[in-house]
Amino acid sequence: MIDWLTEPLQHPFNQRALIAALLIGLTNGYASAFVVLKKSALQVGSLSHALLPGIAVAILVAGLHDWSAFLGALFAALLIGLGSLAVSRGSRLDHDSALAILYTAAFSGGIILLRRIGVTQEMDAWLFGNIMGLRDSDLWTNYWISLGALGILTALHRPLLMTLFDGEVAATLGVPVRSLNYLLFAILIIVMISSLQAVGCMLALGLLVTPAATVYLLTDNTNALFWGGSLLGGLASASAVLIGWHLNLEQGPAIVLVLGAVFLLAFVFGPKYGLISRSKRRPANRGGEN
Amino acid sequence: MHCAHCGHHHELNVSGVRVRYRNILALDDVSLATSCGACVALIGPNGAGKSTLLKAIAGLIPLESGGIVWRGAKVAKWSREIAYLPQRENVDWNFPVTVRGVVRMGRYPQTGWWRPFKAADEAAVDKALADMDLTDLHNRQISELSGGQQQRVFLARALTQEAHVLLLDEPFTGLDRTTKATLAATLRRLAGEGRLIIASHHDLETVRDIYDEALLLRRSPVAYGPVGEVFNETNLALTFGPAAPSGKEVA
Repeated sequence: MIDWLTEPLQHPFNQRALIAALLIGLTNGYASAFVVLKKSALQVGSLSHALLPGIAVAILVAGLHDWSAFLGALFAALLIGLGSLAVSRGSRLDHDSALAILYTAAFSGGIILLRRIGVTQEMDAWLFGNIMGLRDSDLWTNYWISLGALGILTALHRPLLMTLFDGEVAATLGVPVRSLNYLLFAILIIVMISSLQAVGCMLALGLLVTPAATVYLLTDNTNALFWGGSLLGGLASASAVLIGWHLNLEQGPAIVLVLGAVFLLAFVFGPKYGLISRSKRRPANRGGEN
Repeated sequence: MHCAHCGHHHELNVSGVRVRYRNILALDDVSLATSCGACVALIGPNGAGKSTLLKAIAGLIPLESGGIVWRGAKVAKWSREIAYLPQRENVDWNFPVTVRGVVRMGRYPQTGWWRPFKAADEAAVDKALADMDLTDLHNRQISELSGGQQQRVFLARALTQEAHVLLLDEPFTGLDRTTKATLAATLRRLAGEGRLIIASHHDLETVRDIYDEALLLRRSPVAYGPVGEVFNETNLALTFGPAAPSGKEVA
């Protein structure tokens, strides 16, 4: 058992991958609580696809540096996010439709562009992640993003939760609801971009939804939702890296698959909201509701 | 009348308020003048602007023209002294938060983003919970509450906020007969303590028992004044259109 853990860690790329998986999983797990409570999984997912053309253009313009892909992705998310708002306000289309049109178009553009600029081999890495390919500088980038995101989200926990629970009431209590909503979305996007190297833009959504969604089936406690999601995200990602190494699986998909498996367990066996306990309770509860 | 909790007399003046959502005129030339200790009913058909007026007074909606003045000062955005209680069906009751957690939100104007709760803040929360008979339920998840309890949680939050004006959107909808009676008594008591209660109200049969004043609204006011004077067949017919008020709402 110990060997199972230590053997892969003799390789520096595995050490880096493990640390990155912990950091990225932790941060995304924490942020996933906001996505679940905000009920905005699909919006965030659309924007994850919109990152691809930003990366492509950034590489085209500035070459592949530590920050060029990051900034390009951020810019693309901003453009598509605000663009979809502009389209829905300026036409009779709803916001979801506008977002769907823009992000699929952007994603297509990104694929075509990436294939033309000679980084074809890396296409898979952008789509599904390549956590083994991390450098030390990437780790530092992840570290700063995690620290910043967790710091801001924790500091603004009180007004953010009030905004998510009932934005109108929060506004009547003096919470700057609109600004907080924009800020939250911006942080979610940044956290998601930091996960690209681990899971790629096709799978980023899994890491940014599943951890807290799983814990949501197990607890009613708000703090447990955030820190439990964080813990689950970190542990699941790290163990997926090890499992992937031993079984020779792609690590990005392995992370999301492990999370999916844990979710399934919680969904079926959860003590309070699980499928089994709910079906056991239901007959006794009938007619007893008030 | 003076507020029992602060000994002053406060007035709310709504004058010539007009609200527009994009192209739709939601409120036009709405005025009312009332003060602490009153229980005011907003009555009108769906889409008459009841919720819009409540939100406008709460500072949630910009006015196209007109003004809202509370205690001599214009209500521009939000005010700690004005509490807004949304329709229960508009709230996500599965949100992972306890009764106490919701009531604590009322202290936000005092505590702000970070400041930890002081003894005085916790005391205000405890007092509001006790006042609304929620002490035993304070650790419950809000998903486990009945309709009447949900409404009392909102009221407790408003009390924690130390609000003078309570704006309630359809507080009686979906409650059973006994719970309605209890809530009516609670609202009367809060008004008796000097608070100003303004509520949109559907059930025409109970208006006389609960409220002192009524604003009959159909985008513009049809009538406004003491319930005994304005709440009559003629005004109701004008409010609910040429066809008499629909049977569903009277029954």
